[in-house]
Amino acid sequence: MADPEFVASFEKICREYAGTPSLLYHAERLSTRVGARVLLKREDLNHTGAHKVRNVLGRALLTKRMGKSRVIAETGAGQHGVASATAAAYFDLDCTVYMGAVDTRRQALNVARMQLLGAKVIPVESGSATLKDAINEALRDWVASVDHTAYLFGTAAGPHPFPSMVRDFTRGIGDEARAQCLEQYGALPDAIAACVGGGSNAIGLFTAFLEDEDVAIYGFEPGGDGVETGRHAATIHAGEAGVLHGARTYVLQDEDGQTIESHSISAGLDYPGVGPQHAHLAATGRATYIPVTDTEAMEAPALLSRTEGIIPAIESAHALHGGLEVARRLGEEKGPDATVIINLSGRGDKDMGTAIEWFGLGDAEEQK
Amino acid sequence: MSAAIAFEKARAEGRAALVGYLPAGFPTVDGSIAALTTMVDAGCDVIEIGLPYSDPVMDGPTVRAAAQQALDGGIRTTDVLRVVEAVAATGVPTPVMTYWNPIERYGVERWAADFASAGGAGLITPDITPDYSAEWIAAADQHDLDKVFLLAPSSTDERIAMTTAACRGFVYAAAVMGVTGARTSTSELAGPLVARAKATTDLPIGVGLGVSNGDRAAEIAAYADGVIVGSAFVRTILDHPGDEAAGLASLRALTEDPARGVRRG
Ligand SMILES: Cc1ncc(COP(=O)(O)O)c(C=O)c1O
Repeated sequence: MADPEFVASFEKICREYAGTPSLLYHAERLSTRVGARVLLKREDLNHTGAHKVRNVLGRALLTKRMGKSRVIAETGAGQHGVASATAAAYFDLDCTVYMGAVDTRRQALNVARMQLLGAKVIPVESGSATLKDAINEALRDWVASVDHTAYLFGTAAGPHPFPSMVRDFTRGIGDEARAQCLEQYGALPDAIAACVGGGSNAIGLFTAFLEDEDVAIYGFEPGGDGVETGRHAATIHAGEAGVLHGARTYVLQDEDGQTIESHSISAGLDYPGVGPQHAHLAATGRATYIPVTDTEAMEAPALLSRTEGIIPAIESAHALHGGLEVARRLGEEKGPDATVIINLSGRGDKDMGTAIEWFGLGDAEEQK
Repeated sequence: MSAAIAFEKARAEGRAALVGYLPAGFPTVDGSIAALTTMVDAGCDVIEIGLPYSDPVMDGPTVRAAAQQALDGGIRTTDVLRVVEAVAATGVPTPVMTYWNPIERYGVERWAADFASAGGAGLITPDITPDYSAEWIAAADQHDLDKVFLLAPSSTDERIAMTTAACRGFVYAAAVMGVTGARTSTSELAGPLVARAKATTDLPIGVGLGVSNGDRAAEIAAYADGVIVGSAFVRTILDHPGDEAAGLASLRALTEDPARGVRRG
């Protein structure tokens, strides 16, 4: 990022191809409901439908610059896999995506999207056959192929320098939101909120605000069936310090340091570790991390769809649920000008299968 | 007992040492003790005991299947110490190959103390580098344990020098860019890596990853101080499920092949 020419090319493709800067949208009906100003950072409107496109465009550009011809990626929800396959197509790179076999079934539509974009999707059967095992398999590929292959790590976790690269390529979210908020309202927000799986959309939003001491920062973790049930992925809230995938961070682990399988209704948040930058922000108290259960998160898509006509990804629904609680509280304390920015990290099209099951949708006869 | 002693003994006999690997608890805790002592009997100079871990990023399908079997059987870190104690009693050095998190979880200092009193030689640590291992290095030095870090063909000369300077016992040179798993062909990368490592240290250099039989062992023994065999041994036990006697007989025959190989090299 020290090379202005590189930064200029990155900003150009983000702008002209991915559609950034994304809107900072004042959700007026939601704001009225909670009694505070709710601003949605519309990363769902980016090309491929999520914030993830920023990171992969940066990484693919870097891959070209390093003279490599192939990229690999892991994916949980398929969103990062689709973004990687897209960037690979754009930059004419070979692309292989590792995806837990359980997730290939949960997210069949995204498997088809990746294939249509020309990527090879390899289902990973080992371990728990979810995101962490896909990461293991991608790392195994990479140690054997590093001379011509770049590993596009999909989140702000994993070994250095992945978390730093992911932060640098996604921090545009917060840089834009901060400037947009100042321009539109003449003031910084009172609070900002994002969901935290591995932590890329969250660190992307948070970075610009870290020095703004009056801006409260909230990360919402996947609480699954409830932290007390043990079936969750609330790594910061319930994990303990350890080393996973080459990073020292909080990890869901047993007494012997074996990784415990995580659970979340959202495949993109279903990871038993978390980016080390978030572990640090939690430890220093600069950011607050709170679990949101599957049930709580699933209230948000229905609410947002019906009040604003926006169908969010289930990952983002965690941020919405938590962010609206914060907005309600701030509204009571400070009145309706209290402002909260919520990162709407992705759109919900990919989650329709889950929504059909959860809400019993899809059968036109039975709709009232 | 430091693995260096076994390497010195082999060197005095004008040959390379044979290092044999199996995960503890595979196929069971007692079964792994029987298998590892069979490997000692059949000519291994050093026994590398794997500590099974849920996320073994450096392992190919064969070792992964074995480690998973051990985990499914309920292996605990304390069981690994029991295996170490039993195998160390045969008189060969017994380093443990482990991913870092289980050690950190056990407590680095507590591990070093308990492992030393079980008679273990030291740790082979594939997922930490010396520059991030201050706590382990201090504990190992205090308890007189080996520290074996890994070199890869992609390591720069500077990283090689830094790594070998932090090792004790021996240095682990990965023969290929890749994960564990028996390969039939020779690696052209191992020889140059060993030469670059030897330019920085007098420690013995062991070469592992992909060594499948006596011929490969003999080739490596021509330029390295030790030959490390893992997946090939694991494979033969996997191939004899539920028949311990047949598995052990096959393991013995399979061990004798590279044991002859290191004497030819
Ligand atoms: C829309 C969306 N938001 C959030 C995430 C979670 O990832 P992270 O925590 O890295 O932002 C994902 C992951 O797939 C995603 O698709």
